[in-house]
Amino acid sequence: MAELDTSGGGGKKGGKVRSKKASTRIDLTAMVDLAFLLITFFIMATTLAKPKAMETIWPDKTDKTKQLPVPQSRTMTVLLGSNHQIEWFLGEPGKSVPTKDNFGKNGIRKSLIDNSKKVEETHAVPDNYMIVLIKASDKAKYKDFVTMIDEINITGIKSYAVVPLLPVELELLKRDGLY
Amino acid sequence: MARIKIPRKSTAIDMTAMCDVAFLLLTFFILTAKLKQEDPLRVDVPASSTKLNVPDLDMATITVGKGKVFFSLEGTDLRKGLLEEMGKKYNQSFTPEEIAKFSLIPTFGVPISGMKQYIAMTQEQRKAFVQPGLPIDTTANCELFHWIREARIVDKNLHNKELRFSIKGDSREDYPNVQKVIDVLQKQAVNKFSLITSLNSK
Repeated sequence: MAELDTSGGGGKKGGKVRSKKASTRIDLTAMVDLAFLLITFFIMATTLAKPKAMETIWPDKTDKTKQLPVPQSRTMTVLLGSNHQIEWFLGEPGKSVPTKDNFGKNGIRKSLIDNSKKVEETHAVPDNYMIVLIKASDKAKYKDFVTMIDEINITGIKSYAVVPLLPVELELLKRDGLY
Repeated sequence: MARIKIPRKSTAIDMTAMCDVAFLLLTFFILTAKLKQEDPLRVDVPASSTKLNVPDLDMATITVGKGKVFFSLEGTDLRKGLLEEMGKKYNQSFTPEEIAKFSLIPTFGVPISGMKQYIAMTQEQRKAFVQPGLPIDTTANCELFHWIREARIVDKNLHNKELRFSIKGDSREDYPNVQKVIDVLQKQAVNKFSLITSLNSK
């Protein structure tokens, strides 16, 4: 230790050689710098908004015996046209006038809730839930489709299916200028 | 006249608390970090109100965007097995080095015939290379069908679990392109899958 002692005062009087007490305070500036640098790196490199998974269950196509006939009085068909335009009708195509609608709180969501209530009132328990058929045209965007399923999840519709568009329905879309 | 001396204060501040906070945050970020993955195809996923997180394990994602289809599988061991099986199926033999290299590629969209060249590329070349996407049609013999099928078999053999599928579609993608992928999945009785969305801020 002696050679490290730079005070030089110890030995003159022949007393004990005392090592000087060093301060325990360390300069932390560099350490903090480093820590913040690493924090910045990790913030930049991580994905903050984690993607969410929307679970969907589709009907089994291979099993033909399980296909249930759909009572037309309980169905609501939603047609997805071009440019985020949609229209819906109750029952069979061509027999009831389709209503043009839009996505949003007062658009399709309200229609879904209203129609569902109507079906519930006019039918006997337990088969009194509404069945929604989603039919996307070739010009529909994937976003519309996801929004539609999301609306169904929000409104708590028990039963829905994604079905190919019929030629009659394509005519309806064309007539109303949504295709 | 006596002058009042203002004692000079030291400019050194006690950094201990700041250091503590900084390292606490650092620990938090390291533990929660999941590194951003470079996607060969940038997709803008639609928003929904779903709050369920995407699971990390035993997951295969099919990305659809700009009319192209990409496939990705989580887990290097699964990817190794997948390429081996696909090589057998399409009569292409891959060397162990090629398989090891392939296991580090999370997402790909090249047909099996071009896979060898793609694996041989360096990281920079791969970034510059525009991948054509996996061949897909409505018959049961398209390549995507077999990628999905083999991935399921490999996952079952290695992890003894059912592989989960998710579709990551671009919000501006035409719906029929997504429907094609869904049809391929349904052809092998995969009737349960997730659609990847971002959280709706509304």
